Amino acid sequence: MGTDPKHLEITLETQVESVNLAEEMCLRVAEAAGFGEEDCYKIGMSVREGVINAFHYGNQERPEKKIHLAVDLTGDKMIIHVLDEGQGFTLSEVPDPLAEENLLSTSGRGIFLMRAFMDEFDVVPGRTGGAEIVMAKKLPLQEKPGNNGTGSQGASPHQGT
Amino acid sequence: MPLRATHRDAGQATVVDLSGKITLGEGSALLRKTVRSLLDDKRTKIVLNLADVDYIDSSGIGELVSAFTTSKGRGGELKLLHLTKKVHDLLQLTKLYTVFDVYTDEGSALRSFQ
Repeated sequence: MGTDPKHLEITLETQVESVNLAEEMCLRVAEAAGFGEEDCYKIGMSVREGVINAFHYGNQERPEKKIHLAVDLTGDKMIIHVLDEGQGFTLSEVPDPLAEENLLSTSGRGIFLMRAFMDEFDVVPGRTGGAEIVMAKKLPLQEKPGNNGTGSQGASPHQGT
Repeated sequence: MPLRATHRDAGQATVVDLSGKITLGEGSALLRKTVRSLLDDKRTKIVLNLADVDYIDSSGIGELVSAFTTSKGRGGELKLLHLTKKVHDLLQLTKLYTVFDVYTDEGSALRSFQ
């Protein structure tokens, strides 16, 4: 790989526009890092869902609170952090949107989508006291000189339930 | 691309042609407003044509569910038509594909109301 670690972070306002802004920013990073169209879609959607979660559930749509987004490119993966200024939450207490009684719920699918679309996903207590979503996608395998161009797509088994 | 919605009468039913993204904010709000407005006008047999909807997030999924349950609650029916691959895959993933009545051609969707 040999890629130098890269770090990018931005503080976003608690407003709907921040969702698109965060998605667009991370999509540019993902494209530059070599992710294909399908992985970019999954990364973009996950960032969108993470920021929606911070906007709506974490910061309760209160404009005085901020959303902190950070992206790290390491040698083998893209790691995304979304931190809110809310009260935090426990991942195991989030209702399963696939449960029969929740299927017709009009909300509560964001965490599920992030888990399905990313290779790693967790929620930890953040330095603000809010929740910090940490999710990662493995970088696609880089072609090496003389490698006849095989195996350019990274495996992306999704994690957990 | 922001969501656009136009609707046309098809016998007793109404087909809503949607194009763009159904996402948090204006997209979801426009879908809600369009469906509520039709129901208020007693147009309770609704087909949502999603052929040109290439992106939908959890808020958009929630809005589709809301449109479906609200229509049903007011004695109507709401069907989905022409899902793009991304929307199809999302509905499969969230187990909603079997909840909604989904069609691949408009004639079948309209006949299903009879």
